Amino acid sequence: MTVASLAPAGRVLQRNLWVYRRTWRGSILGSFLTPLLYLTAMGLVLKQLVTAGTAAFGGYEYVQFLGPGILAATCMQSAVFESTFPVLGKIAWRRNYEAILATPLGIRHVLAGELLWIGFRVLSISSVFLVVMTLFRIPHWPFAILAVPAAILMGLAFSSVIIAFSATQRTGEGFSWLFRFVVNPLFLFSGTFFPLTQLPAGVQWVAALTPLYHGVALIRGAVLAEPEFLGPWPLHIGYLVGMLAIGWYTAHRLLKRRLLS
Amino acid sequence: MPPSEEVLVHARGLTKRFGDFTAVNGIDFDVRVGEAFGFLGPNGAGKTSTMRMIACSSPITGGDLSVIGMDPRSRAAQIKSCIGVVPQLDNLDAELTVRENLLMYARYFDIPGAVARQRADELLEFVQLNERADDQVEPLSGGMKRRLTIARSLINEPELVILDEPTTGLDPQARHLVWERLYRLKQRGATLIITTHYMDEAEQLCDRLVVMDKAEIVAEGSPRDLIERYATREVLEIRVSDAVRAALDGRLETIAERVEELPDRLLLYVGDGEEALEAVHRHEIALESALVRRATLEDVFLRLTGRSLVE
Repeated sequence: MTVASLAPAGRVLQRNLWVYRRTWRGSILGSFLTPLLYLTAMGLVLKQLVTAGTAAFGGYEYVQFLGPGILAATCMQSAVFESTFPVLGKIAWRRNYEAILATPLGIRHVLAGELLWIGFRVLSISSVFLVVMTLFRIPHWPFAILAVPAAILMGLAFSSVIIAFSATQRTGEGFSWLFRFVVNPLFLFSGTFFPLTQLPAGVQWVAALTPLYHGVALIRGAVLAEPEFLGPWPLHIGYLVGMLAIGWYTAHRLLKRRLLS
Repeated sequence: MPPSEEVLVHARGLTKRFGDFTAVNGIDFDVRVGEAFGFLGPNGAGKTSTMRMIACSSPITGGDLSVIGMDPRSRAAQIKSCIGVVPQLDNLDAELTVRENLLMYARYFDIPGAVARQRADELLEFVQLNERADDQVEPLSGGMKRRLTIARSLINEPELVILDEPTTGLDPQARHLVWERLYRLKQRGATLIITTHYMDEAEQLCDRLVVMDKAEIVAEGSPRDLIERYATREVLEIRVSDAVRAALDGRLETIAERVEELPDRLLLYVGDGEEALEAVHRHEIALESALVRRATLEDVFLRLTGRSLVE
């Protein structure tokens, strides 16, 4: 990926933005509602039933612990979703990629363009999330802004791998499997709602190997400016960068096999 | 022969295999500047695979191919910037309007906004869709979508336009409208490559064509050449009962240069159809029906392959 190929990739992003011009209001409203509902229902109401003190959450209120976790999980869900049905549609049903590949653009531009789009989506979702969290006095500014690039990196890592998966699909059936058996367990058990130390010792390491765990660590650490949550941050970044690299390589190969045979 | 300036597409021994299946088996052809060149053949003959190789959307397995003097293996992006592609199935952007489809496509070619807007307006006029410019694509009829796809393929002012089955699936009126637009495009001097399994389409649009069957080219020439070479001027089509057919006993062969027996009718290849019909009557062969017509590319195909183009 060179700078020269970013301009053509930008066209693929632009196409998605043109479509987004018609739907952005509803989308932004949704981005506000998700954190508002989660933080109210779980952070404030459910919290009253949680008997564990702040010690269980690293000395923070539950809503402070929960907010950045939900931010990470929501960004993951959006990145994954945007990489499933919309991408398969462009491959197989509406065949947008076939049309694009008849122009000077190549597979790498299509892939980079979609990742730019996912990056944009995660940027807007995480920004809105930070705004809503500010109403709950959660973020530690200005350090909290680093949660945005962290969320983008995590989103791209997920997206690249899921696009590779989508390139192998014929129908949407594989996606319900993906959401049920991969996304939902990650959502619940990657440190989003509770610290991994609450899990039985034998399975903690499994949770620590998941990509969402590394995203949650970076994002929670950034939002609260808390080194204890941040942990070995170069390791988290390295994990996600590695995942993005593998995802890119695989997605490029599989899209090429699918679209230029 | 090296590709000369006059030749836009030059193929020698061009081959495409998918695993054990050979879709295109070592074909040779040259497409010259300014001509409408056709690939005529039934479904599965290898036409689309050939188109896809020319359009750089399918890597070639073997042989040589040069498109506008460039090798698709190393210069796909440059080739694609100079050609227009109309695929067999429309792949318009259903989430954009008619005009946005053209403007967005112009962006992919890096055409500046002002130029793109002007060209989009001209092209919408050309394909008679200017009144639908701000509509969504989905409610358009098949013929309109096809015309929009043709307009989209022209947004980069291509030197070569590749049309894969441009009127398949359209009703007769929509087909004629598409043909008329393509004819005008041809008159403007565009070089066209058209695949079709409709012999009337090939006859109307193509200056020169190759007939493909089972991954190979079986004949090449202008529609008129091919008809003269492989058919007679006229064809007498007759239908007879099974009993009459069984008792023909070679009598038709004395009347016609050649006789094709199809399940439902007999085709007599003759110079003068009316004269042949009189001869059939003189032999007192009882006819259920008779029709005299000019020979077409359908007859050429039948002669070359023993089968009909459209089954």
